[in-house]
Amino acid sequence: MGEFNYLQQLPAIAPEIGLTILAVVVLALDLYLPESRRKGTAYVAAFGLLGLAIVPFIWSPVSGIDSYWGGMVRYDVLAQVFKVMILLAAGITCLIAVGTHDLARKGEFYLIIIVSTLGASLLSAASDLIMIFVALETLSIPLYILATFRKGDPRSVESGMKYFLFGSFASAILLYGFSLLYGFTAQTNIYAIADYMTSPEFGLNAAPIVVSLVLIFVGFGFKISAVPFHFWTPDVYEGAPTPVTAFVSVASKAASMAVLMRFLIAIFPAEFVINGQVMQEFWIQLVIVLAVISMTIGNVLALVQKNIKRMLAYSSIAQAGYTLIGIASIQTMYLTDGMTDLSQTAAAQGVAAVTFYMFMYTFTNLLAFAVIVIFTEATGSEKISDLAGLSRRNSWLALAMTVGLLSLAGIPPAAGFFGKFFLFNAAVTAGLEWLAIVGVLNAIVALYYYLVVIKVVYVDRHEDDEVPIALNMTTAWVLGATTLSVIALGVLPQAIYNWALSSASTLFA
Amino acid sequence: MGNSNLFGLDVLSILVLAPAFGALLVVALPRNPWLGRIVSLTIALAIGVLATLVFFSYDRTNPNMQFTSETQWFALLGSTWNVGIDGISATMVLLTGILVPLAILISWEIEDRVNVHLALILFFETGLMGVFIAQDLMIFFLFYELSLVPIYFLIDQWGGKNRKYAATKFMIYSIGGTLGMLLATQLIGWTAGTFNIKELTVLWPQFDGTGGTGIFLGIDIETVKALAFVGFFIAFCIKVPIFPFHTWLPDAHGEAPTAGSMLLAGVMLKLGAYGFIRLVVPLFPDVWVADIGLLGLNITWAGLFAFLAMLGIVLGAFAAFAQTDIKRLVAYSSVNHMGFVALGIAVMATVYGQAYVNGSTTPEMMQSGIIAANGAVMQMFNHGLSSAGMFLLAGAIYHKTHTRDLREYGGLWVKAPIYGGIFIFTSMASLGLPGLNGFIGEFLVVRGAFPVFTWLTIFSMLGLLFTGAYILKGIRAVLHGPFNMRWRDTNVEIELREFIAIAPLMILILITGIFPNWVLYVINNSVTLMMQGLS
Amino acid sequence: MSFTFPVLTAIIFIPIVAAVIILFMNPKQRDLIRGTALSTAVVLLGLSAFVYFSYNGEVNRAGGLLEAQEQLVADGGDLIGSQMFKDGLRFEEKYTWVDTVGISYHVAVDGLNAPMILLTGMVAVAGVLISWRIEDRIREFMAFFLLLVAGVYGVFVAVDLFLLFFFYELAIFPMYLLIAGWGWEKLREYAAMKLTLFILIGSVIAFVGAIAMVLTASNFFSSEAGAAIFAQAQQSGLLSTTAQTFSFDIVQLTVAAEAGAFDAIGYFGVETLTFATFWFPFIFIGFAVLAGVFPFHNWSPDGHVAAPTAVSMIHAGVLMKLGAYAALRCGVQLMPEGAQAHLPWIVFLTLVNVVYGAFIAFRQRDFKYVIGFSSVSHMGLVSMGWASMNVIGMTGAGLQMFSHGAMTALFFGCVGMVYERAHTRDIPSLGGFIKKMPWVGFAFIVGGLASMGMPGLSGFIAEFPIFMGMWAASDSITLQIGGFTLSNYYSIVVIISALAIVITAAYVLRVTSQVFFGEFDAEKYPDVGDIAITDRVILLLLGVPLILVGMMPFLMAPMVQAGVNPVVAMLGGL
Repeated sequence: MGEFNYLQQLPAIAPEIGLTILAVVVLALDLYLPESRRKGTAYVAAFGLLGLAIVPFIWSPVSGIDSYWGGMVRYDVLAQVFKVMILLAAGITCLIAVGTHDLARKGEFYLIIIVSTLGASLLSAASDLIMIFVALETLSIPLYILATFRKGDPRSVESGMKYFLFGSFASAILLYGFSLLYGFTAQTNIYAIADYMTSPEFGLNAAPIVVSLVLIFVGFGFKISAVPFHFWTPDVYEGAPTPVTAFVSVASKAASMAVLMRFLIAIFPAEFVINGQVMQEFWIQLVIVLAVISMTIGNVLALVQKNIKRMLAYSSIAQAGYTLIGIASIQTMYLTDGMTDLSQTAAAQGVAAVTFYMFMYTFTNLLAFAVIVIFTEATGSEKISDLAGLSRRNSWLALAMTVGLLSLAGIPPAAGFFGKFFLFNAAVTAGLEWLAIVGVLNAIVALYYYLVVIKVVYVDRHEDDEVPIALNMTTAWVLGATTLSVIALGVLPQAIYNWALSSASTLFA
Repeated sequence: MGNSNLFGLDVLSILVLAPAFGALLVVALPRNPWLGRIVSLTIALAIGVLATLVFFSYDRTNPNMQFTSETQWFALLGSTWNVGIDGISATMVLLTGILVPLAILISWEIEDRVNVHLALILFFETGLMGVFIAQDLMIFFLFYELSLVPIYFLIDQWGGKNRKYAATKFMIYSIGGTLGMLLATQLIGWTAGTFNIKELTVLWPQFDGTGGTGIFLGIDIETVKALAFVGFFIAFCIKVPIFPFHTWLPDAHGEAPTAGSMLLAGVMLKLGAYGFIRLVVPLFPDVWVADIGLLGLNITWAGLFAFLAMLGIVLGAFAAFAQTDIKRLVAYSSVNHMGFVALGIAVMATVYGQAYVNGSTTPEMMQSGIIAANGAVMQMFNHGLSSAGMFLLAGAIYHKTHTRDLREYGGLWVKAPIYGGIFIFTSMASLGLPGLNGFIGEFLVVRGAFPVFTWLTIFSMLGLLFTGAYILKGIRAVLHGPFNMRWRDTNVEIELREFIAIAPLMILILITGIFPNWVLYVINNSVTLMMQGLS
Repeated sequence: MSFTFPVLTAIIFIPIVAAVIILFMNPKQRDLIRGTALSTAVVLLGLSAFVYFSYNGEVNRAGGLLEAQEQLVADGGDLIGSQMFKDGLRFEEKYTWVDTVGISYHVAVDGLNAPMILLTGMVAVAGVLISWRIEDRIREFMAFFLLLVAGVYGVFVAVDLFLLFFFYELAIFPMYLLIAGWGWEKLREYAAMKLTLFILIGSVIAFVGAIAMVLTASNFFSSEAGAAIFAQAQQSGLLSTTAQTFSFDIVQLTVAAEAGAFDAIGYFGVETLTFATFWFPFIFIGFAVLAGVFPFHNWSPDGHVAAPTAVSMIHAGVLMKLGAYAALRCGVQLMPEGAQAHLPWIVFLTLVNVVYGAFIAFRQRDFKYVIGFSSVSHMGLVSMGWASMNVIGMTGAGLQMFSHGAMTALFFGCVGMVYERAHTRDIPSLGGFIKKMPWVGFAFIVGGLASMGMPGLSGFIAEFPIFMGMWAASDSITLQIGGFTLSNYYSIVVIISALAIVITAAYVLRVTSQVFFGEFDAEKYPDVGDIAITDRVILLLLGVPLILVGMMPFLMAPMVQAGVNPVVAMLGGL
């Protein structure tokens, strides 16, 4: 590459730079402010993050130049979308945390969140094995800490420990996979790897490649909590402080999805064939299988949950499954007829579908968890049965809950409907009707347990029906904003979807 | 006289709609019995007058449909609101117009939910009128079914002890009976693409399967026609009623309130007979005369029909003789009398059928066919008058003694001379005493039937004998014999209201008996046209 | 039509806005809430009536739609059906929505859905009135009810497949909440869930089919021959010049269907299998589940019984029609060959509906179950009408949708009023109620007569053509079962299903005489009095149309015919 233009490279990581500064500021404030006014820290962190969400628009990606920092990161529209997504998620998470009695005044909490966000937003742009790994760790390690944040609560500690063990194990495996890949190709940049492997001098032997792929996939599978790498999910979701759960369920998942898409599309072009067997097909099989079992197992296990957070944990596993449908169809279309314009647009639709799904999922899940936080704050319970009479105690909370769950279930006018539609549309376009059918049937199963919760909220009675639940300013705003954005995404998805669509084109370089 | 229009509606449509709106008005009236009674009576009278006007302004020299009018109704099915009357319908319209006001006058005795009761009677009139003037099969069916509803509720709500059973039996019989007719109607309407009865009578008999192949709906057209025929046949047989489809009738008549019985016997039974004449005869000429192997012996549908008619006459008479309940006695007398109508129709069908199949028939046959048909219609009219009268009288006595058991009456003539006189007079009419109307119809039928179904006619004559027997039994039981002391202090004499109600009937009975032509002429023209229209 | 005010959009969004407003009201101000809901419903009814009658005018005036359609048939051409359908649309509105995936907001009325719109308006008003005395969280109740109404309207007027599904699913959850939240305690949770899942499973599978259909169409239009037809359609104004090949627009899909896009054999590489023949059963039955088609009917009686009166009314009255309507729109209209391949056996399902439903209804002790099963029986007639695949039968089915809608709503209204005062629905223990509530008794009798197909009421006007259509179809339709061919069996089907009329008569008379006549037990039902004026309005609103349509079929039949003609043209029946 040409001579290194520093200023030209900066915008690519502008949000990350901002995050670093913010981290320092928050740290300082935390030290400076007296205990009583610590809440200020929280607000600074929250609005700082939300503010940073504008940055990717100010320095929006330059078409033509994708690769920055010596190919360490790419700054394309996909990265832009996901960065915005992640920053918003983090900001809202902080606002949710403000509503809690124990986290509101803990400056370090916000600090750690910001650091983790930094990792996530880097991950969504990373295009080099090393960068991917570093970003992944920057994202994960803070989360291990956050998970254990309620030191008093054994569940919290346990979950943190579990998360840490599983996580580090998965990272190790991932790293091993990476090293194998590096060993075969002597490249770290994923695009370079792809080029090398398609070039003639690459020795043709499928087995080791496959092994490394599986290893790498284990790592990503863990992050997006796809079956069978999901075992940590329920416990961590249940044990970790709810705002952390919210953050884990959206930010880290979104970032991982982004890198997964990037990696899968980049690493094996359709023309990469080893003794007659197209490697892409291997991906597709793998992804489809994971998609089906994740959806099915996630939904089936969710049916029997008594704890709302556990239920959402399993539901998030299922959601990962749906998303994988999208990824599978990207690959298929990418494969079917090389890179004709038709399949180009089709695959692009797949990418857009996944991106949109993550986008709406972010808001939806944050909404759901926000409600749970408020409820738990008021009642100290996380049992589904205790949600009884919620509509009598605070009809707004009930309504927000309903919207959130409906969006997860994919019922209009909530965003989930369009989210699922785009995914299944992609699947059908890729000729995977049967996969789409499996998907919709799973959606019905899922609907069952969401409806049960809604039913509890609206129908069942509870001894303290008459005790109203108050909403304070912040939480009310969070609820209102997220609810409205879920509805808005569900009614006018055009803008976001097209944005995501434009992001796709940059992937098939 | 052409189409006389009142407020944009032709007179016949008014005859149909007026009672319905009258009924609505009466229901809407404040719950004051007398108001309801007066209003409904005036409405009924007005309609009666209108009907009479129609009858007399009907051009009797012109046998064709008159007062016709046709407007769009259900274009998709080719069904139109198509009304008109010929001599046959005109007579029935007149009968209806006369009987309804009398029925209303009689039901003044009702005390319970007066307005609804009277409204139902008016609504009933709509149904009856509709059937008689309809020239469109679907409209015909519409009113034919519609007329069931009010009478059902009249029986079910204001009837005697056993009313629920009677009403339900009546309803299920009728609806079940019309089911085949409904399906046949749809079948015919579809094949012809229209419901206009006049066109159908031409199209349907000639219809020979899809695209001229003798096959239709996978089976040969003859069978299809036969099945369609049976559909109509059963429906109307139940209504007339023809033995053995008559079992609903004694219950219904017996349990119905007086007014109900009057209209049931007086008009509703005629719907069946009218249906035969208007539809079944012209629609299925070939089927009527087609042989059906029944119990080995070869017999035509018409023959079977005549046979059943004969059974109806004889057994109806026997059954009537066996009754101890005055209303049931009169009810069975209806079976007996309608038998003659049926016999007449059977003859008519035979002649018409032969004329259709062979292209022509002997003048004698044609002659007797026309006579029989005249007789049948005449008998319908007469039976309408006399049976209504009989039920009125039966109701009158029941209303005072609260028993219908003949054995508990006896020697009432002493206490009720006028009633007795009227009773005897009416009975004689229904017995068929020459000089009274009953004689005319039965004579014509017998005269017409004799050359065609000689033996059956002879047996039917025997039936007439028993008619005499049960009538006289009735008279003896009510009027003669030792006076039953139970009624010493009850006034069993006929009331003025009832007298006013029966007077017109008596007058008509007498006039028709002496000078039948005032109706017969009207009937004859149309019947002749219908019969000779073919050859 | 020169009328520019977006009536349909108004009809869809007024209830939504009203629902939101109501949600913001203070739950204490019951009267304000009721008032708002009622006035909304009344406005809706007004707009619906306006749409209905102006469309009716379009049809009936000289040189109106029907004649135009005849002309079209006379002229011939290869896209008659689509042309007819397109020309039949009125109050059309089309805006791009998510054009990257070919989704547009495209609404319009034609002869088929105009009566349904009117019906929805009627039932909406009736529903609000009947729920007048609900005390528990009336704010939420009314809001959800209006949302439900909006969803229903949306499905009926949608001319975009996606939009149709959008509203279809939108209608589901308020219905679930209404039933589960305000229904009959004994049954509501089970019934509500059962109903929701049944309906959704059907619809989502149909949805996947729909996406596949759109894709197939788009591939077809990108092909040689398809492109030609596409261009031709654009020239003849069938499709807009900006139309893209990948589109959910029903007009465009109709064009594709008529051009044979879904009839290429070798679907899934299977010989003799075409897209249409493969997907039709999924899409048709998928929707027909909501129409209670056997064997997927058994959500419906429980659902109806468990639901609060207003919801029973709108559910049996309107939602079941939604299923039948969508089955026709997305099934028969878009996959005629599929219809011809499959309806000949589906007709047996409908036969079971008709007869079995009536039998079960006869055996019920619970007042509301009788009505529930009678709905199953009557909706069977609708599907049967579709199965006849000719103008007469389908028109009959269209009329039956309206007739049964008003009738059942009326029934459930009556049941609700009786139950509200007697607190029981056990038929044998009721009696003599006509003395106490003559209006209800009378209304029930009218409804009952209509349901037994008594001439002079709408039931007759609907059932007569259905049966006649079956006769008409009988000659032409055959069914291959393995080796041998079943032919002319439609006539048998007609005869058997006609028996159901007698059964219907039997149970209607039984219920009427047991509940409304007979002896009234004064000490058992002390607080049974005559009904309020609002209830009378309900009865009139729903009862009078039964009589009007029954006496004057020309008020509705030609219009429904105009709506059915395109479908029949697609089936090659014109």
